[in-house]
Amino acid sequence: MKFLQGFMVTGHFLRKMGAVSAAALAAAPALAAAQEQPIHFAEPGQYHLQHSVTPIMDSIVTFHDGLLMWSVSFIVALVLVLLLWIAWRYNAKRNPAPAAFTHNTLVEIIWTVLPIVVLIIIAIPSFGVLSDQLTTPDGERKYLGTNIFSFGEVEVPAAELTVKVTGQQWYWDYEYVDQGKLFTSVMLQEADREAVKPNQPRLLAVDNELVVPVDTTVRLQITSDPTGVIHAFAVPSFGVLIDAVPGRLNETWFNARETGIYYGQCRELCGKDHAFMPIAVRVVTKQEFAAFMAAFESGDYTAANATLAAVQ
Amino acid sequence: MTDTVHLEAHATGHDAASHHHEPTGWRRWVYSTNHKDIGVMYLIFAIFTGIIGGLLSGVMRLELQEPGIQIFHGLASMVYGLGSPEAGLDAGKHMYNVFTTAHALVMVFFVVMPATMGGFANYFAPLMIGAPDTAFPRINNIAFWLLPPAFLLLMMSLFFPGGGGANELGAGTGWTIYPPLSTNGHPGPAMDFVILSLHVAGISSILGAINLITTIFNMRAPGMTLHKMPLFAWSVLVTAFLLLLALPVLAGAITMLLTDRNFGTSFFQPDEGGDPILFQHLFWFFGHPEVYIMILPGFGIISHIVSTFSRKPIFGYMAMAYAMVAIGFVGFVVWAHHMYTTGLSLDVQRYFVAATMVIAVPTGVKIFSWIATMWGGSISFKTPMLWAIGFIFLFTVGGVTGVVLANAAADRVLHDTYYVVAHFHYVLSLGAVFSIFAGWYYWYPKMFGWMYSEFLGKLHFWVMFIGVNLIFFPQHFLGLAGMPRRYIDYPDAFGLWNRVSSIGYYITFVAMIIFFYAMWDAARKKRPAGDNPWGVGATTLEWTLSSPPPFHQFTTLPQIHSTNAH
Repeated sequence: MKFLQGFMVTGHFLRKMGAVSAAALAAAPALAAAQEQPIHFAEPGQYHLQHSVTPIMDSIVTFHDGLLMWSVSFIVALVLVLLLWIAWRYNAKRNPAPAAFTHNTLVEIIWTVLPIVVLIIIAIPSFGVLSDQLTTPDGERKYLGTNIFSFGEVEVPAAELTVKVTGQQWYWDYEYVDQGKLFTSVMLQEADREAVKPNQPRLLAVDNELVVPVDTTVRLQITSDPTGVIHAFAVPSFGVLIDAVPGRLNETWFNARETGIYYGQCRELCGKDHAFMPIAVRVVTKQEFAAFMAAFESGDYTAANATLAAVQ
Repeated sequence: MTDTVHLEAHATGHDAASHHHEPTGWRRWVYSTNHKDIGVMYLIFAIFTGIIGGLLSGVMRLELQEPGIQIFHGLASMVYGLGSPEAGLDAGKHMYNVFTTAHALVMVFFVVMPATMGGFANYFAPLMIGAPDTAFPRINNIAFWLLPPAFLLLMMSLFFPGGGGANELGAGTGWTIYPPLSTNGHPGPAMDFVILSLHVAGISSILGAINLITTIFNMRAPGMTLHKMPLFAWSVLVTAFLLLLALPVLAGAITMLLTDRNFGTSFFQPDEGGDPILFQHLFWFFGHPEVYIMILPGFGIISHIVSTFSRKPIFGYMAMAYAMVAIGFVGFVVWAHHMYTTGLSLDVQRYFVAATMVIAVPTGVKIFSWIATMWGGSISFKTPMLWAIGFIFLFTVGGVTGVVLANAAADRVLHDTYYVVAHFHYVLSLGAVFSIFAGWYYWYPKMFGWMYSEFLGKLHFWVMFIGVNLIFFPQHFLGLAGMPRRYIDYPDAFGLWNRVSSIGYYITFVAMIIFFYAMWDAARKKRPAGDNPWGVGATTLEWTLSSPPPFHQFTTLPQIHSTNAH
């Protein structure tokens, strides 16, 4: 068990390493001004992963910023330093007589074994995070969250809401499966966006956002029109990405902890308007969602949307 | 045909009694069975197609320099005569996809493969193993001459109806040609032209691979065992096997696609019981070895250059050779890491994560062995050496981002973003292409007998090094921030790094002008290069011949005694 505790410590260490990266990133300018409905997407000039609001994206950010980035940066730096050292030390002027060695068993063993060790260290959280991503919560299973070397410490409730997403050329259809309510979400053209939702980003604003409650596990079922093409449903802040394939029903899930509007874009080339079928998910409080759904069940999306503060 | 050549020899006053006919004029090239002439034709072909592939990407970088649609709606309205740019908006969006598709297909099948496995492999693998020519000279001829028609078919596809809408010429499916986008989504004949182009190019590569495998197995000079064979020949051997095993799978997949499109089959049609994911499995079973096909010959080239200019034998020869074999072997069992988001089960994804990460180990062996070859050497930083060192560094960058992407857990946010674009351009556009330039500058004096300007070669390197890094490094940032690939327009937040990337393209463009000027300068001044311009470090057999080598070499086979032939 000492061994496992070691991993836990490493996990905390990595979380700190991730926090160091995050602090450095936070020092960067261009933070979006506080808004009533915070918009979650990339900031201008962003050079890092998007803001996380789900346990899965927490794991991905920690895994990437805390472990992968450090490992690969170290390898690149090592190779660069070695090359520069060689250029300085072993150029023809400084070293006119070349050595003739062609083997060094010890060194060869080291540079074979060491990468294997590094890869195993990477693989442990990699497999854990992967399992989390592909296992829809049942209320019992614990999730890793930011502590990617643990055996899971984040509780995630079982799914309470199921949304079926269907990719079309070139927009998305959403269905609240248990309630049997459908609507369509289409990107706003520039003139419409400026008239209706001027504060929402160009190419991302849609007419009808997918509305889901906060702190609730949402099961997503994703497919594509049976006679259509493949699309891919992606919301970076949720750590969600899965293909919408005709004739297949894929499943993924998320549990968002902050309200606001989260944007994503189609991630599989689907023809001419591939760049123009954004995904907009509006996370609201549970009370707001209950009112929204009540209005939707007795009316239509427009009536339901009217129960929420207008998106601008 | 023999008679014609015979008569030609008479007419031009050659010694007809000689058994070494040296045809002249167009016959020398069109009828060529000479591995060196065919190699040169491959290289010239790759330069020509490289210009086209490079210009296609230039238009895309112009488009992406600012948010909003800048170029393609106007371009489309000009091409289709629609009057105003606004009228060309839909046609322009399709045209952008056609450009990304054509850029990729041209670069993969008609630039990198012809340059490495066509040009350098044909020219130098026989020389390095002490062979008078390849095993099947006539197959060599047809393998090359299938390429121009294949390229022509691809170019013709740009001018035939592709997408479903009006004014949508060309195939805009990406080089992956996934159905149903390449079936339902592209009813026009453009897609069939692409499929036929790939068939013909594939036959060319398979024939070339058969020729090279046979040559290397059967025509090594006396004393040259496989374990004394130069590493470039090793890299060509491994690559030829990859071609032989991978390309038939592509041919099968695109044939199924062709019959789905035209003859009512439904291999990949979900509404008739087919499965579009099946195509992805078949495509990537070819597609993943394909990326090693593009990079392995580069590994061989770099080994020789590093050794030559360090004046030191290659470190860990056996490990280097078998690392390539290992990379080639494992390269066949990792294909679904391109498909993590298609809905593969947890166990399948776990397997492909583990298998993919394994490739990092032999790749690391190669990187570190190159460094160890230089360690303790007496290094002269001639132009080819600069390109080789540039290659080692850039390939390392591209390699480690590959390790990041190998993790399905991280791929969940990076898949189909510019991070992937940055990754594969670091290993291909910066890796494979740098190795091609390294080989070109290394062997140019041997192939043509002239020396280029060292200053211009180095200038080309430095400008291109800065340019390509400026193009592709910021694309990592775009990918992390979530910008998807194959987008004609992007949210304004991605503006900064796209602008930097486009500036990088212009710098690279200048570098290419320097390259062509350097080649013009070298051909004009005709500075004699001598048999071996690189000195004692250059130990392989091609440097024992004149520059350029005689039309037929090794009429008396060389005897290999040294254990350090590599």
